[in-house]
Amino acid sequence: MAVEAGKRAGSIDGVDLQALFKEAGLAAFVAFGLAISVVGVRTVTIPGGLGLEYRWEWVVIAVAAVFIGRFVLAFRRETRSPARRAEREATMDRIGAGVQKVARIAGPLLFIFAVALPWMPFSNRYIVDIATLVLTYIMLGWGLNIVVGLAGLLDLGYVAFYAVGAYSYALIAIHFDLSFWICLPLAGLFAALFGVLLGFPVLRLRGDYLAIVTLGFGEIIRVVLLNWYELTRGPDGLSGIPRPSFFGLPFSRRVQEGSDTFHTFFGIDYTSMQRIVFLYYLILALALITNFFTMRIRRLPVGRAWEALREDEIACRSLGINPTNTKLTAFAIGAMFGGFAGSFFATRQGFISPESFTFVESAVILAIVVLGGMGSQIGVVIASVLLIGGTELFRELEQFRMLAFGGAMVAIMVWRPRGLLAHRDPTLRLGAAAKGGGP
Amino acid sequence: MEYFVQQLINGVTLGAIYGLIAIGYTMVYGIIGMINFAHGDIFMIGAFVGLIAFLILGLAGITWVPLALIIVLIVAMLLTSVYGWTVERLAYRPLRGSHRLAPLISAIGMSIFLQNYVQILQGARVRPMPPVIQGGITLMETDAFVVQLSYVQILIVLVTVALMATFAMIIARTPLGRAQRACEQDRTMAGLLGINVDRTISLTFVTGAALAAVAGILFLVYYGVIDFYIGFLAGIKAFTAAVLGGIGSLPGAMLGGLLIGLIETFWSAYFTIEYKDVAAFSILVLVLIFRPTGLLGRPEVEKV
Repeated sequence: MAVEAGKRAGSIDGVDLQALFKEAGLAAFVAFGLAISVVGVRTVTIPGGLGLEYRWEWVVIAVAAVFIGRFVLAFRRETRSPARRAEREATMDRIGAGVQKVARIAGPLLFIFAVALPWMPFSNRYIVDIATLVLTYIMLGWGLNIVVGLAGLLDLGYVAFYAVGAYSYALIAIHFDLSFWICLPLAGLFAALFGVLLGFPVLRLRGDYLAIVTLGFGEIIRVVLLNWYELTRGPDGLSGIPRPSFFGLPFSRRVQEGSDTFHTFFGIDYTSMQRIVFLYYLILALALITNFFTMRIRRLPVGRAWEALREDEIACRSLGINPTNTKLTAFAIGAMFGGFAGSFFATRQGFISPESFTFVESAVILAIVVLGGMGSQIGVVIASVLLIGGTELFRELEQFRMLAFGGAMVAIMVWRPRGLLAHRDPTLRLGAAAKGGGP
Repeated sequence: MEYFVQQLINGVTLGAIYGLIAIGYTMVYGIIGMINFAHGDIFMIGAFVGLIAFLILGLAGITWVPLALIIVLIVAMLLTSVYGWTVERLAYRPLRGSHRLAPLISAIGMSIFLQNYVQILQGARVRPMPPVIQGGITLMETDAFVVQLSYVQILIVLVTVALMATFAMIIARTPLGRAQRACEQDRTMAGLLGINVDRTISLTFVTGAALAAVAGILFLVYYGVIDFYIGFLAGIKAFTAAVLGGIGSLPGAMLGGLLIGLIETFWSAYFTIEYKDVAAFSILVLVLIFRPTGLLGRPEVEKV
């Protein structure tokens, strides 16, 4: 067969080149249709209206790139066996499992590295700042992972809880003058309460409806924050949010009469790094609490019920699990961690406004969870470091960042719909005795 | 009274635009059961293609409005439907038969991608377009208030009605429409009976995108400003319209669009304009909670 096909004109290794050229040509034609409008012509503002700027060379480049890309892809597809796909899946599963196994050893190492980071010789203010940001997203990712990864509820409005946490922290701290350590749990509770209030009516809905409704809630909360001027000061935002203190010892240069600050209490010199390092450890602790909590609750009945619900809701219902209540706990706990992260955000920035809580933020957190592999804790860490840390290092490419986010979300879904490092080890496994099954 | 009539006119106009977008959502949901989150951005791309086409025609000297409008509509429908086709081919088709949330996440990714794609290519600032059609008919006049029915509004309603009629014809009479209805009922069975399911789904996306492109141009002509972000809100509201009307039902999409347009307009007119988006979202939530099948939808039974 192969020899016979090889004899035909214009073919290599039994691959019909003509068909490949045709396929690539069609793809290039589609690319031309895509590019001719918004790529080839740019509207520019000129005095007295709009003008046009032509960029036909971009169209040519795009068409050529698609032609070559499609050709190469098709050629590879033809020359490789169709079993490749299943094989690749299996390989990635093995890698996922491997990473999970390595994580058991690497986890503590990573932890030690995270603790030691501010004292490393190479670390400076900038690096600690980025690490703090990355950890904030890791915490948000872990919080959302409870909802999306464990319970299988797609929440597109997670940023709402982040916002509720941030605003309730800021408002309580400003108006009641309570310390960070009292406001933090209160903010978390508020966010959880919101989670219950919002979740209760909508958690009966099926997956994709739920996603849209949570998206709607996220937007509602943002619009309310934007317009309830008396409470939130609208687009002006809240400023002057109290900074956290080290168990009552503030980080400030000036020492107030009759009280200590951090540096006088410990008898060291004041540097601005002290507060930054403190904030870093604070978010590290919060994130680790989130992680520890998630890992433990997975082994509780409610955690198992989440994962069971994700896999098959009807079966769960038949077995007597109340789906709404179970989902509600996941929603509320996820919201609570979102609220904690929000109050950390508020205290770190000292200023919050509704602009920090747009849908894009929800999408970024979701992207972290999805790309890392839904349900995988270490995946969230890797994805956060890559997405947040990576893009933070390339600040000048800011505008391409979201483009890459979106593209990556599509690509990962197409390539591995369960997420890059998703490796679903059932947390509960029947023993070897149950394996046999039949006689 | 005059104020009410004016708001009614404005609401119907807005509702027509939402209805056109909502059809794309409802058809795709009907046929493959997924929310095409990127549809709002297809609408946005349609508006941009329309703007570019208008400007090119202006430079080419074609300024007779009806001719220019027809050319722009055809060009934008063609070029935007290429986007619809490509989105389906790249982001959704490989995921058929995957778990339920995968296509939705892919669609969200696609939506983010398209927004930033247009932002990078066309710039982030709003694009104003000089009004193409001016003037209107004065319906009522009192000392305090003049009720205006502008030509643009007439155009929008006429175009929408014409397209809806054509579209209903396509669904009811043509082989494509029959194939679509068959796929909607049972994709596997339709495939067994010799319908090319993939092709039918592709064509559904193509027609949805073409209608969204028309909506985009009407939006452009009506409001005169567009930016890369218009697709997000318009998309969500159109989706709300589709859900309100009963997702999967074509008359439902139109009815839902009209209702959402009217509610939003009246809310802005009589209550607070700041909270008009909240009104739309609240309706979405309320409908989903109390009547998930919408006004004209059929109940969906989940089977094991």
